[in-house]
Amino acid sequence: MIRSLGRTAISLVHEYGDWTVFSFSSMAGFLRQRRRRQKLVTAIHEIGGRCVPIILTVGLFTGLVMGLQLYYTLARLGAEAALGDAVGLSLVRELGPVLTALMIVGQSGSAMTSELGFQRNDEQIDALQTMGIDAKSFLVGPRLWAALFCFPALTAFFDLIGVFGGYLTGSVLLNVDAGVYWNHVFDSITWADVRGGFIKAVIFGALTISICSYRGFYSHLKSNLRGVRGVSESATRAVVFSSVAVLAADYLITSFLI
Amino acid sequence: MAESFLQIRGLKKHFGTKRVLDGIDLEIARASVTTLIGKSGIGKSVFLKCIANLMTPDAGEVLLDGVAIGNNRRGADQSDGFTFSYMFQNNALFDSLTAHENVALPLREAVGMAAEAVDQRVEEILKQLDLGGAGSRYPAELSGGMQKRVALARALVTNPEVVLFDEPTTGLDPERKFGVFDMIADYRERFGFTALLVSHDIPEVFEISDKVAWLDEGKIRFFGDPSELAADSPRSWSGLLQSTEEVETNKF
Repeated sequence: MIRSLGRTAISLVHEYGDWTVFSFSSMAGFLRQRRRRQKLVTAIHEIGGRCVPIILTVGLFTGLVMGLQLYYTLARLGAEAALGDAVGLSLVRELGPVLTALMIVGQSGSAMTSELGFQRNDEQIDALQTMGIDAKSFLVGPRLWAALFCFPALTAFFDLIGVFGGYLTGSVLLNVDAGVYWNHVFDSITWADVRGGFIKAVIFGALTISICSYRGFYSHLKSNLRGVRGVSESATRAVVFSSVAVLAADYLITSFLI
Repeated sequence: MAESFLQIRGLKKHFGTKRVLDGIDLEIARASVTTLIGKSGIGKSVFLKCIANLMTPDAGEVLLDGVAIGNNRRGADQSDGFTFSYMFQNNALFDSLTAHENVALPLREAVGMAAEAVDQRVEEILKQLDLGGAGSRYPAELSGGMQKRVALARALVTNPEVVLFDEPTTGLDPERKFGVFDMIADYRERFGFTALLVSHDIPEVFEISDKVAWLDEGKIRFFGDPSELAADSPRSWSGLLQSTEEVETNKF
């Protein structure tokens, strides 16, 4: 049993080492690529653009539900006026970055893993190598750099639409004074809260996109299954690992920021 | 025999306990077509991938004109031409790029030519391969034969000295198979590259082969003219034919 635990620990260390080298070398390699701006714009569209509708939808409904739940909880304490504080702070500090990251993983991360896995199966990655093109820098590098921009930007969208959702239930539906709601939102959220949310978003972006890319790029090695089933298994695992990584990292970052 | 151009010396590769390549030596003449045959799963593609540097051999070396090329598969000056190109079994074209963009990829990304020069060269090679009007179409919009030609155009656009073909006729009907073989023979004449093919299409592929190398149990069992092959070892030869027929049957 001890031997098996030891083997697992060593293979985990190998895996984390490989993943770290893969991520940093892809990002560094991208800086030596040609036509960087064009590739970056494409990757931003792929990761960010694709997710805007889902982020807006989920952000709105999250704000609506929070407005509803928090209103009745605060009403018991006679503190309905604090609805703006509660909705704003919860979204900017926690729910915005976490839910945005999970949405992007579900929408773009899984697609990225599948695409890279398919490219591996179809020998397109090998083809790049025979053409003298570094496949990691070419395929993964732009996506990792794009993630550093897309995650904070989409988190900001999520926060804004979520706060608006809170306003819709709190003020329009449940008659909390609109001026009171918005004043409390603006008074309670400080620059430190926004900065903390963005720090989380950047870290979640780097973590999730590198996990999804890594699982796709090496789908032939990471899955026991071959072909389409192997790719689909890699995509599933990428989403699960990324989601767990987001939640674990959230706890760690919060404990440092608080 | 013509002077050897591509030399493979003592190439070894194993996976776990299975020894796939067991010290392969091969000498291939310039501008010739050499076909590697053997049973399915015997290691033909592994051999090709070791030459292309897609797999690292356990031992052995690849020499070009007597000079070991190590990990460098590009031209000596790293600026324009490539030493090796590889044509994959399933073409390995990028679905999100047009035929023109697929062919231009190595020039744009690896060679770093100016955009106008790239366009000119790509258009030129597309015309040479009878793909004049296909540049703006995506791979999914092209027929199987046209996709093969786009893949060949991408392999040839960097003026390689050696082109490696990994089962170029897989999944094609007999008529198209002959079309692909004719295409390889025709463009080899026109472009003057040295071709190394892996194929199961025996004896059809012999029509275009100058030499045949028979890989069996990790070693080259026969190397010579296709006409000499049957006479060399009739019993094994009939076994090989049977095994390739099984491959074809399983495929369809």
